[in-house]
Amino acid sequence: MAAYIGRRLLQSVVVLWGVSVIVFLLLRLAPSDPITLLLAETASPQQIAEARHELGFDQPVYVQYLIFMGRALRGDLGRSLFYKEPALDVILRALPRTLVLGAIAFAISLAVALPVGIISAIKRDSIWDYLGVGLTLVGQATPPYWLGIVLIFVFSVNLHLLPTSGSFGPEYVVLPALTLAAVLMPIVTRLVRSGMLDVLHEDYVRTARAKGLRERVVVTKHALRNMLIPLVTVLGLQLTSLLGGAVIVEQVFAWPGVGQIAVQAISSRDYPVVQADVLVVSFAFVFMNLLVDVLYAWLDPRIRVS
Amino acid sequence: MTPRPPLPMGEGKGEGPLDRAAAAKPTTLLEMGPRPNPLPPGEAIDEPVGHSASRWRRARRNRRLVAGAVLIAIAVLVALFAPVLAPFPPLAQAPELNNRPPGFVDPAGAAHLLGTDPLGRDILSRVMYGARVSLLIGATAVLLAGTVGVTLGLLAGYVGGFVETAVMRLVDTLLAIPFVLLAIVSVALFGQNLVGLILILGLTGWLGYARVVRGVVLSLKEMPYVEAARALGTPPPRIVLRHVLPGVWTPVIVLATQQVGTMMIAESSLTFLGIGIPPTVPSWGAMIADGRAYVALAPWVAIFPGLALTITVLAVYFFGDGLRDLLDPRLRI
Repeated sequence: MAAYIGRRLLQSVVVLWGVSVIVFLLLRLAPSDPITLLLAETASPQQIAEARHELGFDQPVYVQYLIFMGRALRGDLGRSLFYKEPALDVILRALPRTLVLGAIAFAISLAVALPVGIISAIKRDSIWDYLGVGLTLVGQATPPYWLGIVLIFVFSVNLHLLPTSGSFGPEYVVLPALTLAAVLMPIVTRLVRSGMLDVLHEDYVRTARAKGLRERVVVTKHALRNMLIPLVTVLGLQLTSLLGGAVIVEQVFAWPGVGQIAVQAISSRDYPVVQADVLVVSFAFVFMNLLVDVLYAWLDPRIRVS
Repeated sequence: MTPRPPLPMGEGKGEGPLDRAAAAKPTTLLEMGPRPNPLPPGEAIDEPVGHSASRWRRARRNRRLVAGAVLIAIAVLVALFAPVLAPFPPLAQAPELNNRPPGFVDPAGAAHLLGTDPLGRDILSRVMYGARVSLLIGATAVLLAGTVGVTLGLLAGYVGGFVETAVMRLVDTLLAIPFVLLAIVSVALFGQNLVGLILILGLTGWLGYARVVRGVVLSLKEMPYVEAARALGTPPPRIVLRHVLPGVWTPVIVLATQQVGTMMIAESSLTFLGIGIPPTVPSWGAMIADGRAYVALAPWVAIFPGLALTITVLAVYFFGDGLRDLLDPRLRI
């Protein structure tokens, strides 16, 4: 188990290192001079020269990368031009908001996807299956930001039930969470359905049926439980769609999470914040996947060995 | 029977006897699959339905393909002939006639079927022109992503060694950054125009292809016919192009069709956020962004372009699902 965790930990570190290189290169390869991106537009030539030296931009690229990494490892991702404070602080303040939104959306989509996917699979090719599959296709085809606007139109403008945007109380999370859930729900439904179809063909399910168990017991005790374990890992990988969806959904509902910060920072050319945002979001994703995999290995001993 | 290649993305594993037919060769599958599909695409609806439930099922599933194809054809025709079909120029403003509801008839006697937007532009005309951007970007970005992904996947799978490690590590790394976030950052840095957007969507969207293609190549590489070609001294590039590549098409085509929809949504999302294509070009994303502030006053401004986008993407998904059933039932989920 320790060896497995060690191996996965190493993989995660390699991935995060890769992300840091990509983020660094993106900002370095941009056609505009990174110094003018990092400074306010009013900076004097002398300030620019000073900053260039201070940030090491007069050094070769690999030295610059080492400086960047050295600072990043000490938690220094530069200062925000807009907020006038460390970029990391800005992101870490917004992160819990995104995590809350994401967690609620995740719960909602699971609550819908599990029953729909299971029914689709056990009643394969019935009207319920077609409805379920149709629902997932429509869900996948609907642009999330547009769905958000439609929900605002229905629930805020017409029914006056929920606030349109912002984050000033628990009722504010409902519409963004529903919208974000709609991003994940079709994917999870498909995964549940295909996972169930898989296990329903397994020998142990046939055995369970052959020994005369009721279909409900076969499905819940024999099929469902075995389907859930691999589902956990695949769901871990889907967290990136959730985080990506959050970027858009937060913008529609002015939800002050990392997604909204990222878009704002890009519009205001606050590149240290953009850089910190991508790094933190990827870190969160890699960390959650590591957690999922360790949990998976703990649940299923076969994984540790292979 | 050929051994089955590894499953792309862990989806849709074994579904009975069909899954033993190799996915690698669609023609083989159609010929030797236990339930051959007698209906070519496009003729499913009117064909008589066989007695067996499975044949009926396949015919019914093909309807999706037909419905998708018809809707896509309509969208393409509208995009191509927008200048002829659109009742108004898409950029013609009439501030005194802004935010008028659908069916509004202006003083000149011309009807605005879908109403007008906050600048008094005709929404129907703009929706028609918007199809151009969506379809163009959807198609070209997928073509680029597919080319990059298939090339890297072939290299990684066939060459192996360091190349394989490098490509697969790159894939793992890029997968850790949410696609939308990566695209937003790249577009903001490298170019907020049509070509820049296509390049960035294409260069960030190839991961799935590389993974799938590598998986298939790894299994095809060990096939007797590839081994035979190697033994005959066929140069490796020729082996890859003539013997390996044909086996890769089915999953790639299935993946690509579905990605067209994803790319269309990604493009419109970026445009909606104000960092996609410039607002001067009529596009569905920009139209929805225009309508957002007027959702109480003039909901139709945002609703119609969104409907157009949803229906088009749905048509693409329908087509993709139908195509997958036809080419490779093993991948069906």
